Amino acid sequence: MDTKKTIPFSGTKEQEEQLKAAIDERKAEKGALMPILQKAQEIYGYLPIEVQTLISDYMEIPMEKIYGVATFYSQFNLSPKGKYRVSVCLGTACYVKGSGDIYEKLQTLLGIKGGECTPDGKFSLDACRCVGACGLAPVVMVNDDVHGKLTVDDVERIIAQYQ
Amino acid sequence: MKSLEELKLLRERLEGEVGFRLEENETAVSTYKAHVLLCGGTGCHSSGATKLAEALDKELAAQGLTKEILVVKTGCHGLCALGPIMIVHPGAVFYSMVKVEDIPEIVTKHLKGGEIVSHLVYQETVTPEGVKPLKDTDFYNKQYRVALRNCGIIDPENIEEYIGTGGYAALGKTLTEFTPDEVIQTILDSGIRGRGGAGFPTGLKWRFASGNRGGVQKYVCCNADEGDPGAFMDRSVLEGDPHVVLEAMAIAGYAIGSNQGYIYVRAEYPIAVQRLEIAIAQARENGLLGKDIFGSGFDFDIDLRLGAGAFVCGEETALMTSIEGNRGEPRTRPPFPAIKGLFEKPTILNNVETYASIPRIILNGAEWFSSMGTEKSKGTKVFALGGKIKNIGLVEVPMGTTLRTIVEEIGGGIPNGKKFKAAQTGGPSGGCIPAEHLDVPIDYDNLIAIGSMMGSGGLIVMDEDNCMVDIAKFFLEFTVDESCGKCTPCRIGTKRMYEILDKITKGNGTLEDIDKLEELAYYIKESALCGLGQTAPNPVLSTLRYFRHEYEAHVLEGKCEAKVCKDLLQFTIDESKCIGCTACARNCPVNAISGTVKQPHTIDNDKCIKCGACIEKCRFGAIERR
Repeated sequence: MDTKKTIPFSGTKEQEEQLKAAIDERKAEKGALMPILQKAQEIYGYLPIEVQTLISDYMEIPMEKIYGVATFYSQFNLSPKGKYRVSVCLGTACYVKGSGDIYEKLQTLLGIKGGECTPDGKFSLDACRCVGACGLAPVVMVNDDVHGKLTVDDVERIIAQYQ
Repeated sequence: MKSLEELKLLRERLEGEVGFRLEENETAVSTYKAHVLLCGGTGCHSSGATKLAEALDKELAAQGLTKEILVVKTGCHGLCALGPIMIVHPGAVFYSMVKVEDIPEIVTKHLKGGEIVSHLVYQETVTPEGVKPLKDTDFYNKQYRVALRNCGIIDPENIEEYIGTGGYAALGKTLTEFTPDEVIQTILDSGIRGRGGAGFPTGLKWRFASGNRGGVQKYVCCNADEGDPGAFMDRSVLEGDPHVVLEAMAIAGYAIGSNQGYIYVRAEYPIAVQRLEIAIAQARENGLLGKDIFGSGFDFDIDLRLGAGAFVCGEETALMTSIEGNRGEPRTRPPFPAIKGLFEKPTILNNVETYASIPRIILNGAEWFSSMGTEKSKGTKVFALGGKIKNIGLVEVPMGTTLRTIVEEIGGGIPNGKKFKAAQTGGPSGGCIPAEHLDVPIDYDNLIAIGSMMGSGGLIVMDEDNCMVDIAKFFLEFTVDESCGKCTPCRIGTKRMYEILDKITKGNGTLEDIDKLEELAYYIKESALCGLGQTAPNPVLSTLRYFRHEYEAHVLEGKCEAKVCKDLLQFTIDESKCIGCTACARNCPVNAISGTVKQPHTIDNDKCIKCGACIEKCRFGAIERR
């Protein structure tokens, strides 16, 4: 983890209040931890150790359980994402149509590996599993925009749109 | 809504509008002159359907047609590769790859003037005699839609449209005419088997959980954590017809004696989640979920739980552990969930597609359903066609249809004149089916016999440019990533298999490695705890069975026929074609290419990293990859 390129935690008091309110709302529900972690990620964008500690203290659930759940699911991010979250679909339909090469090209272009974030906080890169837009394979998502039917040559043009 | 009578009245009022869009219902009358169906599924949404809808609304308003033309934002039609898709009724005229610029022409000529804009319609529907309806195209004419029947026809965000197609009538029939045991018997008689992968008879599952009704809390769960890469059947049902799942879950609740359901849906499907939320709220508002449904005394409600991206949570016990708020690790069975499932209570879990078939079975009868399909696999199955195939999209065919029909006729064959190599079914748990088995009728048992499995219905077509060793490695990388780590065979075994495959694709493998790989595969199959681990070796075993020569070529000759495994490739420049323009040398990131201007260049293969940049830049086709 330490070797990954990242930026420091900067949570606000408002975010903390928001999270506590969300916990109060669902606390009594059976199996509430997952929805609460999802809410926390929505508020902070990721789940750094500081946020996990807060949830652990406030819900009186051992840290080990929180960390266990947070690290089990790929949707939970322990390090921050960039302003633009670039994810390359490595689902089968995209893979057989060459999304592996596109992923490699993005790593070279952005100078980061998968799971990392550029030092200026602008771009983060991930591989994801099937976004279900197989008709457009191979697909790259930048935040909620889907770019489909790509070749390696399109990569620079797409990133340039966000620079 | 308090009674069945109310539902019936509502349906009678609405069925004309919805029926107007069904090609088989020619007598239906609409209060509108035409209906425009705009696909709002993920595929079309990604290719710009939202902007299209705005443009259409604007144009209709500008031409004063808002009151005459009904615009319906539907779910997926199936032909995702041609998106965004727009269908105009009457006549089911199919406009494909519609652009915002095309809207004024379609509105002026077709919607106002009644003249089809033939240069914008799907070209396969254009014949010398005129534009033929969609159902007569190769893609649709072999299909039979049960689970997908409403997808692409109704507005999924409007409960009244679902009711207009006969929605919730099956729940009404169940609650007023059937005893819970009769419901289970009907499902058993229909012969339907779980559409999620393993194919366990649904009726049996329900029967196992049916004891002690009313005496104990039970749960009905829906597995909407569609995780197979390349599969999007469940997503399309949820996006296109969410109410059918709610209705079926309520029927299941009545059958086993449960009043609470959970849908575990992938968070990666935002449109599906949103439409499910809307559907649940509307069903509650209309009294179709909640207390005393249709005045029968039966209570049932449903909550959503969002998955968080763990493939193993598609396994039933892992899914339940996840809903409980834990790491989604599977448990040993027995006890089976029917005895001790979610929160340690009796639970049934079915897949989205299974639920989507249930209301029709109740309405049309078990015999209707069991008349379709093969001896041991009844009904229809939805497949997500993807990969190297022309008509990428969703298809639903009767069980027993051959792979050849799906690939060559419905799928339209392989693009660019390439040769079919294999079809992959069952995702990371399945296998690759070679050309020699294209004529096998697809059902649960036949697929297992040829070394693959049904899985949830992903069907990825591969051509001669795909390396089967690389594909096996791709799937193993997936399972290594997704293994939950609870049991040793899966946690460590799949990793070792991956390492051997990696070694082979890098050209360092030996024949001994292939044997070791095979041996390890059988050990893992025998000893892993859950379905994920037990089926993880399938991609390797099936490729070894049908494409062993490719493994051997990698090992013995250091050759990758499909030219995929980079470490085995050699880049050379054909002296007779090279004019010495220096484009390749200037673009080589590692300066592996040398030569003087206007003289043929050469590549130093010791320096070359096989990135392929030179091939892309060479305008004379002088660089060869071998």
